Amino acid sequence: MKTRNGGAAIRIAAPLRALVQRFSFLLLILAAIALMMVARMDPLAVDNARARVTDAFTPILNIFSRPAATVADVLEAGRQLIELHEENARLRAENERLLQWQQAALRLEAENKSLRGLLAYKPDPGASYITARVVADPGGAFVRTLVVMAGRRDGVERGQAAMAGQGLIGRVVQVGEWSSRILLISDINARIPVVLETTRQRAMLGGDNSDQPRLMYIPRGVEVTNGERVFTSGHGGLFPPGLPVGVVASAGGEVRVMPMVDLSRIEHVQLVDFGIPGGLASEAQQPGSMQ
Amino acid sequence: MAVGVWQRLDQSGRNILPFAVTILLLLVGMVPTQLPGYATVAPPLALMAVYYWAIHRPDLLRPGVAFLLGVLHDLLSGTPLGITSLLFVLAYWVTLTQRRLFLGNSFAMLWVGFAMVAAGVAAVQWVVYSVMHAQLYAVGPVAAQALLAAGIFPMPAWALMRLHRAFLS
Repeated sequence: MKTRNGGAAIRIAAPLRALVQRFSFLLLILAAIALMMVARMDPLAVDNARARVTDAFTPILNIFSRPAATVADVLEAGRQLIELHEENARLRAENERLLQWQQAALRLEAENKSLRGLLAYKPDPGASYITARVVADPGGAFVRTLVVMAGRRDGVERGQAAMAGQGLIGRVVQVGEWSSRILLISDINARIPVVLETTRQRAMLGGDNSDQPRLMYIPRGVEVTNGERVFTSGHGGLFPPGLPVGVVASAGGEVRVMPMVDLSRIEHVQLVDFGIPGGLASEAQQPGSMQ
Repeated sequence: MAVGVWQRLDQSGRNILPFAVTILLLLVGMVPTQLPGYATVAPPLALMAVYYWAIHRPDLLRPGVAFLLGVLHDLLSGTPLGITSLLFVLAYWVTLTQRRLFLGNSFAMLWVGFAMVAAGVAAVQWVVYSVMHAQLYAVGPVAAQALLAAGIFPMPAWALMRLHRAFLS
């Protein structure tokens, strides 16, 4: 709240200091712009630096995220307590319905098995899961990523699908030793080949930083209905086909998809290794940003 | 001379405070809150600290340090490298040129100043991202972010003032 220098000294030194300061500011601004260019020219080195720095700070972020998670849990518990009665009734009804579905599923599974046996069908390789806690949700208005606490030593690899609950939320774009970063499907750089449930129409799901990514490249005349489910199509080999992504939320005009999972409330993610090698080439690459 | 050593140690410990607090706010700003829609408009806490220290103790948080904090932010949060450095340094610069206006004046003045800096940062951010990806981004989220930042500014500013008075005056 107080200036430390004497009045006379400041009168002489201030213009000189201001000049030097202005010059140093210009240098710093140029340095920042140079950094942006370097990041464009050598994205690999930048990725490497990101992974290392994220690794270094993940333990601290982990500690910080604990109290926040606890508060969120307590609030959630309170909310659940209030809605306990309704929830119970709803679950009973749902359970009854699901039991019927279970019967149907068991029957179909048996039938499927015998048919596969007849056709000598070669099944896809089995998937393995890595469960990790979300320790940072850095966000901002322009980038949608999460940092999770699992890395190379846990078997995480670039390009693995990230699921939460029952839906796809994104994929791994950066792997450190014990931390990794997930690019959410709502990020502006995310492009996922999808297929619509009823029409089997292929499309591209493109994020635009809003909560609901939009469906792109749908041919004219294809009817998209509200509530229709959207799955990964498996084209480009990035993801296996059939992972649920979301439901069509607004079919008129620009088609938008509501993700299965609320992307702002993810506590844990499952990173899924489907044993598919490579496949990253299908993704459009934006230099200078997360890829 | 033992007292001298301890005194010096104590003083340098106090002098690190602005840097330490800024880095702390940077990390706290990244904590997942589980609040729906919050991450998109999460206010830039570190910017508040940079603004505050640029006004009150520019000698303890140099522009070069603000630059490095920006680099750290970019590496951690997945934003294109260099953007946050640019924003921090610009905000620092503008704040410093208007420093006399804010220093010692009422809190309202400090608040108004930050609202303007936040708006400026939001505008620059929007332009840089739009140029970088050669497409127009939606203005809504970044405007909401600036508004929220200006709205909650008194809380972090109060904490910063308390720390400032307790350790550095």
